Amino acid sequence: MSTLEIRDLHVSVETEAGPKEILRGVDLTVNSGQTHAIMGPNGSGKSTLAYSLAGHPKYTVTSGEVLLDGEDVLAMSVDERARAGLFLAMQYPVEVPGVSVSNFLRTAKTAVDGEAPKLRTWVKDVKEAMDKLAIADDFAERDLNTGFSGGEKKRHEILQLELLNPKFAVLDETDSGLDIDALRVVSDGVNRFTAGGDKGVLLITHYTRILRYIKPDFVHVFVAGRVAEEGGSELAEKLEEKGYVDYVGTPA
Amino acid sequence: MTTANIPASTEERASAGTAQQAQHGLTEHSHGAGAPDHGGSAFDTVASFDVADHVVPRGREEEWRFTPMARLRGLHDDAPLDGHDYEVSVDADPRVVVETVEATDPRRGSSGYVPNDRPSARAWAEADKVLAITVPADVVAEKPTVVRLRGLSAEKAAAGHVVITAERFSQSVVVLEHEGSAAFADNIEIVTHDGARLTLVSLQDWADDSVHLSHHHVSVGRDAVVKHAVVSFGGDLVRTSVTLDYAAPGGDAELLGLYFADSGQHLEKRLFVDHNQPNCRSNVLYKGALQGAKAHTVWIGNVLIRPAAEGISTYELNRNLVLTDGARADSVPNLEIETGEIEGAGHASATGRFDDEQLFYLMARGIPADEARRLVVRGFFTELINKIGVPEIAERLTATVERELALGEGLPAATSTTH
Repeated sequence: MSTLEIRDLHVSVETEAGPKEILRGVDLTVNSGQTHAIMGPNGSGKSTLAYSLAGHPKYTVTSGEVLLDGEDVLAMSVDERARAGLFLAMQYPVEVPGVSVSNFLRTAKTAVDGEAPKLRTWVKDVKEAMDKLAIADDFAERDLNTGFSGGEKKRHEILQLELLNPKFAVLDETDSGLDIDALRVVSDGVNRFTAGGDKGVLLITHYTRILRYIKPDFVHVFVAGRVAEEGGSELAEKLEEKGYVDYVGTPA
Repeated sequence: MTTANIPASTEERASAGTAQQAQHGLTEHSHGAGAPDHGGSAFDTVASFDVADHVVPRGREEEWRFTPMARLRGLHDDAPLDGHDYEVSVDADPRVVVETVEATDPRRGSSGYVPNDRPSARAWAEADKVLAITVPADVVAEKPTVVRLRGLSAEKAAAGHVVITAERFSQSVVVLEHEGSAAFADNIEIVTHDGARLTLVSLQDWADDSVHLSHHHVSVGRDAVVKHAVVSFGGDLVRTSVTLDYAAPGGDAELLGLYFADSGQHLEKRLFVDHNQPNCRSNVLYKGALQGAKAHTVWIGNVLIRPAAEGISTYELNRNLVLTDGARADSVPNLEIETGEIEGAGHASATGRFDDEQLFYLMARGIPADEARRLVVRGFFTELINKIGVPEIAERLTATVERELALGEGLPAATSTTH
């Protein structure tokens, strides 16, 4: 079993007016086999948490720690974190012209596994994973995220999740901008990923809609850079009814 | 006369990032031909064998405005070009004839080229020998003919002249390699007769102190198919000017270029395709990568479609990939159209950056930074290397690109200001 521990995490970003603290003491522990939903209004720091865990250079951790099975994640470079078993499905996947999806997937798989995948099984694995996510075959030869629709980008993120098979996945608003069919396809992919019971998921979302397809074990409500309330999936139902009005004073 | 002159210059500074560039990596413009018209060409230049007809350029002239004149070692002025500190080795296909002949040999000038700037006229006047490469009629060469020029010193400037003649219905690949140290001005004439198929690759893999001003003139014969590629890696300053015209209808020209500029290097690629015959085709693809402070590339692509050039098609594309801050890529496509009775004409120029967000994305999938950079650059150049289509040098080009990349390891990616 693996554990991802976030302890008293404080994170700032540089602004024109100087550093601004976005995360103000986040405590959260995810064990393998658990799905944690992080919900909260816009600007509450949800995405900052996601990017900080992945190591985006824009975010500065000012105090606290993140441990993956006791290892200091914050001391690792971005690529080391990925190789240690952390995966971030991004809200806005970046376009990389000139690099084909198939070349990218093979390079990433080789990097996280420490060895090149066996060609024959790899081609089959990619094909199957693409089929399950209703991704067309010609997708593999397209340039990475370049000219992809919003739905294609999100499905491609989940394709990577399934193929790279990390210990922990952070899904940053993977549901935003998806129609109901795409949402189902993406949710099915996440559920396949967790089906074995040995994966941990941090599901960051603004809406409760995706929680109809992915059942969280725990729900954390983020407000102003920290966890304001925690509970089981019943907390999501309460948010579905009342929105974030109890936390921020206005419907968000 | 319709002239489309769209400078697409990108100077990369820490603050130069725009949301669009960061998000899309490439910005692009592209448009086709305008209305037909008649008149003199904006591309007219002084053409003369007499050096005195070419005034010493000072750097303000249109053709020299991007070039750092102080680094030319006087090649454009009066520096003697009588040095011979270089070695030439030849590895030719057995049926291809490679000879060193006197400057008076009639093959010299057979392309119809007349020097169009001072360094070219000076090299013409001062080259005392001519390397003549002839692919006899109907010969289908089995292996590339490789001529390697190795400069031994950049102290004394030198002049060179090469004439490559692909006789009718011959098929061949000729590779001109340049390495070592030199201050070198040369003229390369490429003459293809009826139905010939020729691939010419000029590779500049000079040492860091070299300066090379090179003029290529390509004469495309009736129904001939010419592939011309310029590959520039090394050298302090390398400026190649390629002019091409057609001796008869039906010619097909593909002009390819690959360049990779490091800190302080100036690589300048100039092209002039003169569509002076009907029913011909030209296709230009030049791609460059830049890394490090004061790496500078210039691409000038001029295409003229004369009134006689009915039924032609032409397209030119320049792409630059800026890997780090502090590098500058200038790209200026020009299309001048004097007849509307053509199949098609267009051009595009795009300068994109490998930026922090792309680096982050790839690293977030476990790919180390240096490998991420390799992945992007390899992808960028693979199409071009495949188009050059010479397996004997494809591997070497890929390896040299990787070696160039290794020089840039540790340099931060081009700054992006967006998230």
